[in-house]
Amino acid sequence: MSASQPYDTILIGAGMSGLAAGIRLAQFDQRVLLLDRHYLWGGLNSYYKQKGRRFDVGLHALTNYVPKGTRGRPLTRILRQLRIPYDSLRLGEQRGSRCKVGDCELRFSNDFELLRGEVAKSFPDRAAAFDVMARELEELPFDVPAGTESGRQYLTRHLHDPHLVDLLLLPILFYGSPTPRDIDMPSFVVLWKSLYEEGFARPAGGIRPLLDALRQRYLDLGGELRMKTGVAEIVHSGGQVQGVRLDDGTEVEGKRVVSSAGRVETLALCGPELASSFGPDRAGRLTFVESTTLIDQPAPDLGWKDTILFFSRGQTAVYEEPADPVSYESGVICCPENYAGQDPEPEGVLRLTLVAKAEPWKAMGPDEYAAAKEQAWSRGLDTLAQFGPDIRPHVVAKDTFTPSTIERFTGHLNGAVYGCPHKDRSGETPLDGLYLCGTDQGYLGIVGAMLSGVAMANRHALMPA
Amino acid sequence: MTHEDIVQAVKDIILTIAPDEEVGGLNLTDPLREQIELDSMDFLDIVMELRKRYGVQVPEDDYKELATLQGCADYLSPLLADHELVKSA
Repeated sequence: MSASQPYDTILIGAGMSGLAAGIRLAQFDQRVLLLDRHYLWGGLNSYYKQKGRRFDVGLHALTNYVPKGTRGRPLTRILRQLRIPYDSLRLGEQRGSRCKVGDCELRFSNDFELLRGEVAKSFPDRAAAFDVMARELEELPFDVPAGTESGRQYLTRHLHDPHLVDLLLLPILFYGSPTPRDIDMPSFVVLWKSLYEEGFARPAGGIRPLLDALRQRYLDLGGELRMKTGVAEIVHSGGQVQGVRLDDGTEVEGKRVVSSAGRVETLALCGPELASSFGPDRAGRLTFVESTTLIDQPAPDLGWKDTILFFSRGQTAVYEEPADPVSYESGVICCPENYAGQDPEPEGVLRLTLVAKAEPWKAMGPDEYAAAKEQAWSRGLDTLAQFGPDIRPHVVAKDTFTPSTIERFTGHLNGAVYGCPHKDRSGETPLDGLYLCGTDQGYLGIVGAMLSGVAMANRHALMPA
Repeated sequence: MTHEDIVQAVKDIILTIAPDEEVGGLNLTDPLREQIELDSMDFLDIVMELRKRYGVQVPEDDYKELATLQGCADYLSPLLADHELVKSA
């Protein structure tokens, strides 16, 4: 392969969307180069080992669960596009999840009737309105255009009950909103369908088998993958992309570049003029601290029965950048053992995700940072104990990631897991030949990320001009 | 390639991109999208596979010609006259 021959497509970021895009392109004989600054692939959904124990990051649930053979839904569509057999994912369905805001709660599962019944039981005078709304949402496509109404306004218009609105909204916010307290309507519709109409599942073994399968498939198709290879600059001339300059100064020519680095982060690589057209002030701010705690027995045996528990302690759903480095007011508790068909693990696992503020973490010195992490974990366990059996006597290992960890390993400014609030489904940028995929293209979750990679590869790199 | 070969080639491609579909019973004249589940993404794949396997370029304006198996055979026949049927990998 001649070094002077340009790549058909250079992909920045070996997360779910970059890997999926790479597979699509390599499948059709493009010369593809996939770059990532980190040494692990997976981006926001990855895994690592610490003292012989495996930790997953990102994956609480694979949303968009549908049974094998279901037609025309995101999960089955991406599997077909990537030519991955459904059974190879070994998906186990959730046992059941719950959202609790103050004294009110709703249970839900992959059977929509459970949620319908819960609403009818706890909010009997809202049941009819809920049914009307649920039917309307069911008939909407996954890609509704942006209107003037937000997700919260939509729910409120139909349900007229702030408690019910908060209960239905909290899981949606935690699983995909880049904005405080609310979410844009197109993302709301996607998440409503992904969480409530479809549902949660987990690949047996967590994120690792899926990621490794994607990577292997990409390599088998002839795709090139370079880890620990950051992009310092996107090279362009006359409004047309020409390639990238790597951190070590090497220039690599490419006919097009597809980036999952984020909109602000990608334009920052394009020189001062484009960087200032969409500056860091427009980056997302919603970020998380997440602790994984391993315990000496299965968490369900201790009495943790929910697959996912979304909580907000006060009477309203709190989802906003806190004043402090981390807020214990609301969060998500995930018990991966409460999915069916999981491989037996030697230790029980509970994960707690809390909303955080990036700047204080980034400003801390090493000692202060370590102490703050320890405190976030320990106060997190106190919080857990308010929602289920106390796991403090059973702890065998733990790890915590912070907004700094996310920013360091994914490059997303502020550790903003759901990217910037200004999504653009077209994936286009001011430069010809430069496109976005991933979080800032606007699809959400693991299935959404893969769909984003597939859709952007199809649209910008495979469709005949 | 004969008309029959082309129909077989398209069926092979459909089987590659949608392994769970039953292609044996497909008729020539009804639109493929009415007989099996194929969305626009899948249609793109048929076109991409035709390019990969046989080197034929189908411009987007001509996708409609491929709506039925008969349409595929009629449209592709002059383009594939000198090709041999490629077996699916």
